[in-house]
Amino acid sequence: MKSAEVQFEKVTAKTFPKGPDSLAPGHRACQGCGEVLALRLMVKALGLDFMAVSATGCMEVCTSPFPQSAWRMPWIHVAFENAAAVAGGVDAGNVIRRRKGKMPDRRIPVVAFAGDGGTADIGLQALSGALERYHENLVYVCLDNEAYMNTGIQRSSATPFGASTTTSPAGKVSKGQNTWKKNMPAIAAAHNIPYVATASPAYHLDMMNKIRRAAAIPGPAYLHVYAPCPTGWRMKSELAVESARLAVKSRVFPLYEVIDGRYILNQKVDEPVPLGDYLKPQGRFRHLSEQDIALISERVNREYEHLAKLAETFSEPSF
Amino acid sequence: MSAPKGKSDSARAIGLEVSLAIAEAVKLAEAEVVAAYPITPQTHIVEHLSELVANGELTAEYVPVESEQSAMSACIGAAAAGARTFTSTSSQGLLLMAEMLYIASILRLPIVMAMVNRAISGPINIWNDHSDAMSVRDCGWIQVFAETGQEAVDLTIMSFRIAEDPGVLLPLIVNLDGFTLSHFIEPVILPEAAEVRRFLPPYETAHKLDIQNPLSLGALGGPEIYTEARRALDLALTGAKPRIQRVFDDFAKVFGRQYKLVETYRTEGAETILVTMGSISETAMTAVDEMREAGQKVGLVRLRLWRPFPVEEFRAAVAGAKNLAVIDRAMILGFPEGPVATEIRALLYHEKNRPHMTNFILGLGGRDVPRSHFKHIVERVRELGASGRQGRYELVGVLE
Repeated sequence: MKSAEVQFEKVTAKTFPKGPDSLAPGHRACQGCGEVLALRLMVKALGLDFMAVSATGCMEVCTSPFPQSAWRMPWIHVAFENAAAVAGGVDAGNVIRRRKGKMPDRRIPVVAFAGDGGTADIGLQALSGALERYHENLVYVCLDNEAYMNTGIQRSSATPFGASTTTSPAGKVSKGQNTWKKNMPAIAAAHNIPYVATASPAYHLDMMNKIRRAAAIPGPAYLHVYAPCPTGWRMKSELAVESARLAVKSRVFPLYEVIDGRYILNQKVDEPVPLGDYLKPQGRFRHLSEQDIALISERVNREYEHLAKLAETFSEPSF
Repeated sequence: MSAPKGKSDSARAIGLEVSLAIAEAVKLAEAEVVAAYPITPQTHIVEHLSELVANGELTAEYVPVESEQSAMSACIGAAAAGARTFTSTSSQGLLLMAEMLYIASILRLPIVMAMVNRAISGPINIWNDHSDAMSVRDCGWIQVFAETGQEAVDLTIMSFRIAEDPGVLLPLIVNLDGFTLSHFIEPVILPEAAEVRRFLPPYETAHKLDIQNPLSLGALGGPEIYTEARRALDLALTGAKPRIQRVFDDFAKVFGRQYKLVETYRTEGAETILVTMGSISETAMTAVDEMREAGQKVGLVRLRLWRPFPVEEFRAAVAGAKNLAVIDRAMILGFPEGPVATEIRALLYHEKNRPHMTNFILGLGGRDVPRSHFKHIVERVRELGASGRQGRYELVGVLE
């Protein structure tokens, strides 16, 4: 069966999951954290019938200070760089125990959560290995707040061009981060896995349905989720959802899916909002001139057009 | 020193490369997940295991990971899911997975690993010594050293039983010397599958990820709990010692081969005792035989258990000796003695009648260890003992 045909129960305003959150309240995330919002909604969409793996990072630290845990489903954290490998191991354990009749005969999604550093930098090898090995029930979620926020806002390869961080500071002879953001979803898609998608907490129903789809499709899935960080982006704490929405509307973070190699642009942005609307409320971009913004805007638009072409060209499953 | 063999067993010995025999032991133990990455000289173990899985002789998930870091990570995941888990590595591979070893033990996951001992780079060297094992001395795993192929097989089977003991729940490393043991064809008795199954029932545990009974594994331990967590791990590791001997005893009842935490060879009335680990003990025993025939009062003590250190057993084994020659297969750079000697000297510090002790380092990076080395060592330790000199380590077989 083609992955696009795999059925799952859709989340709508009417069928929004009721009952307590799968991620319990009381965690220690910062005020206005867009990452924990995305995490909470995704695990709410999954319910309790899955196993969670966390990489070291903000979400792990703020949810598991012993003797407390916010995770109401089975959860494991091992280290920073290996969430994908741990999740692959959990899945292998489940698969063999199921085959031997030691577990009920049904699929149990194993969902790994890691930040952009744990995914695009130190965890890239483990992720690539796990995607290539095709662990049947693996879902990998990158919660991308575009820097090492847990250690104090150091740049990662997912930090956007021009952002000032504590290790890519803007200065007299520097515009901040001087490289372009690594395209993680493209790297994941290059593994020819059945499902790759980007998602945003500003489009929460879309995001919740994407993780449900990711869990329902047999084979590995990769979700790249935008996770605004008011602390690290140096913006007002009430702006997380707003900045996530502006990221989509300005073409900075397009929402799309790659299902069996077929590209689907979920939100067409024919008339993008000015890039400055997205950049200016964020202190990390405060130093940028109009000229700098024009340069970034050009790149953002080219990347969006590239994606639009992919969606146009690969409108049928490739494998 | 070789453990006595069961009468009916001796006829069943077959010639088998030790690496393959270990893979067969893992099959007999019915391991459920094997996650491994190839590195010389460990490769024959994992090659044979993947063959056994491919042929349907072992019902397991073989996870061909992309690195040792992921190997141990996947083993941790699999063991956390409640599966009986095995891996194997050497040297650089061990260093790459080292971070995860410390986490596997604090998570109390009964992973079994065969460590085919190889020198650590640099210079890069694929041959045998114990520098890899010594680099993870403090990782919280139970660590044993095998001398022979039979012992490697038996220890592998016993390891799962020890590690999974609800009163232990710790990962375990079986050390065996690269090439000089792993690649040798030795007479090996492979136990009957049904007997192994009786000795080692299928693994079931409540300490796992379970939808019905959700646990959080790997929580953050701040200053208010970290000390207690480390103490709990130390108590678990130290407390495992009598349970390890109990499993050895149970094994003897079923299979007729009795193992001890510390083995002694011709130590009765010995004035000088050699202390060894691993396969060079075979060579050392031959040397001891020859020296005994020449009327010298020489014996040998071999550590089978390295962690937890068998403190009382070791003290008892060397009691009464005038001279101890402690052999190391690794160095502590920047310190006067090697790792085994350092620990033994610390243990003997409080003894009233402590023997003279000298540390001899040999067999690094595959350098040959002939019988003559041990004769030289015995001569030298006597000489130093008589003169009362205490020096730094002596390298045996070094080119000047």
